[in-house]
Amino acid sequence: MILFFKRAIQDIRTNKFLNAVTIITIFLSILIVSTIVLFFLNANDYMSSWKKGIRIIAYLKPDIVEPQKRAHSPLLAAGLASESKNSKLPYGRRFPAASSGELQPNLVDIKNRIQGLYGVAEARFISKEEAMKRLREQMKRQSSLLDGLKENPLPDAFEIRLTGQFPNSERIENLAVQIESLPEIDDVEYGRRWIGRFVKLFDLFRLTGYAMSGIFFIAAVFIVANTIRLVIYSRREEIEIMRLVGATDRFIKTPFYIEAIIQSALGGIIGLAALFAVYIYISTNVEQGLSSDLLHVRFLSLRQSSTIILCSMLVGWLGCFISLRQFLKE
Amino acid sequence: MIDKNDKSAIIRMFHVHKNYGSKKALININLDVSKNEFLFITGPSGAGKSTLLKLLYLGEPVSEGQILIDGMNLSRISRKRIPLLRRKLGIIFQDYKLIPTKTVFDNVALVLEAMGKKRRFVQKKVNSVLRMVGMEKRFNALPQSLSGGEQQRIAVARAVVGMPKIILADEPTGSLDPESAGTVFDLLKGFHARGGTLLVATHDQELIRKTGCRAIHLKEGRQIK
Repeated sequence: MILFFKRAIQDIRTNKFLNAVTIITIFLSILIVSTIVLFFLNANDYMSSWKKGIRIIAYLKPDIVEPQKRAHSPLLAAGLASESKNSKLPYGRRFPAASSGELQPNLVDIKNRIQGLYGVAEARFISKEEAMKRLREQMKRQSSLLDGLKENPLPDAFEIRLTGQFPNSERIENLAVQIESLPEIDDVEYGRRWIGRFVKLFDLFRLTGYAMSGIFFIAAVFIVANTIRLVIYSRREEIEIMRLVGATDRFIKTPFYIEAIIQSALGGIIGLAALFAVYIYISTNVEQGLSSDLLHVRFLSLRQSSTIILCSMLVGWLGCFISLRQFLKE
Repeated sequence: MIDKNDKSAIIRMFHVHKNYGSKKALININLDVSKNEFLFITGPSGAGKSTLLKLLYLGEPVSEGQILIDGMNLSRISRKRIPLLRRKLGIIFQDYKLIPTKTVFDNVALVLEAMGKKRRFVQKKVNSVLRMVGMEKRFNALPQSLSGGEQQRIAVARAVVGMPKIILADEPTGSLDPESAGTVFDLLKGFHARGGTLLVATHDQELIRKTGCRAIHLKEGRQIK
């Protein structure tokens, strides 16, 4: 094996130009593929964070909350005590407000049953008074229209936040059906159409990512195969002489494989380094100019980077395999 | 070890034909070459001398007939066993066929490396063979920096270093000056003296006359005598 390594290194030194061409080809292929991977990775992060914003509202039947308790409970009468403090926070951060200890026992029971369902991150009770308060806040200047109402027509409800691992609309719908089947629940609302479209878009996006990565992987293999073929072709006389002096195919091929793996590892490392330099440039110059909530680009993890370098080596190996197989058959 | 007293046939050719499309390069060749024989193949250019040697090292497949070399039937040999056949042979080409990017030492060592010999053995053996051909001082030179005669001596060194049973030489002195040709020929005679079998394709009648060895004559692909 040491002999093969020595021969591979010697061959790289002897054929500097063609080896440089191979490394540059692999470097460019890896740069393109890893840029796509990085783009889809970050895009996936955004979509996942949007998905976490998906909520189900479960409306309670009118008689679930007892009127006397409503009158005596400051929480039910005026909305949640902590709600007023949290109301200016972004929508997704309002949850830790109500403690179940302040709810009447049957509501605690419903809440626990909802929270026990798979895919539910949290269920929060919204009293009809709180709902009215929110409506008034949302209507702002038009809120006087609500003054004419003799009684609050809004129902009590539970606002249910889902866990991040809820990728398809069918599973969300199933969960909604499960919640709706609870005897205390009157109706369930979760933006069925919007979620359906969003999840489809998300799936299409992800599928496009896989397809593009696959296409670029195959393209990279063929580009590398052709470049390696050039190297092999330039050394066809040497290969022919080796065969004539009794060299086996293994003896001829092994240094080529080692060369291809060294070249593709180098190409992969340079490609990732170039991408990292672009990433540093973007994160120091572009990202600062934008809201950090709006655009936060993360780089590939060590594991993902290692996978890309391994894939790059695989590309080199495959390219070499294809070229050698064709060449040695001739 | 080569037994110099064993005179059984090491190469046998039965009704061998070689065609390139409609052109017949060799027609019905029947030939037995004994162990430790020094055989010349003569004839004018295009007579089929090189083609005959090519068939022996499987540079080309036969179109018809059978060839046996040291018990191996070339018509039935598998692709995997071709390197084993070629290790029984040492081949010398008129155009030397040295690898231009490798040094003299590496060119000769290649044969032993391909056989999987240990590094220390390779070092020792190559140095000894380079001494034998008088090229030990040029071990680190690249082939293009050597004269034709020197390159052919390296080619001879490469052919003998693996201790083959047979040497096939295609016009080994064809492009050399008389002095270099003499040196190369002496090296081949040395191999023969150590018990090796030699097949030398040449159109140099003077060389054949001087050695007095058996010769077969080819003309337009046919064996004349």
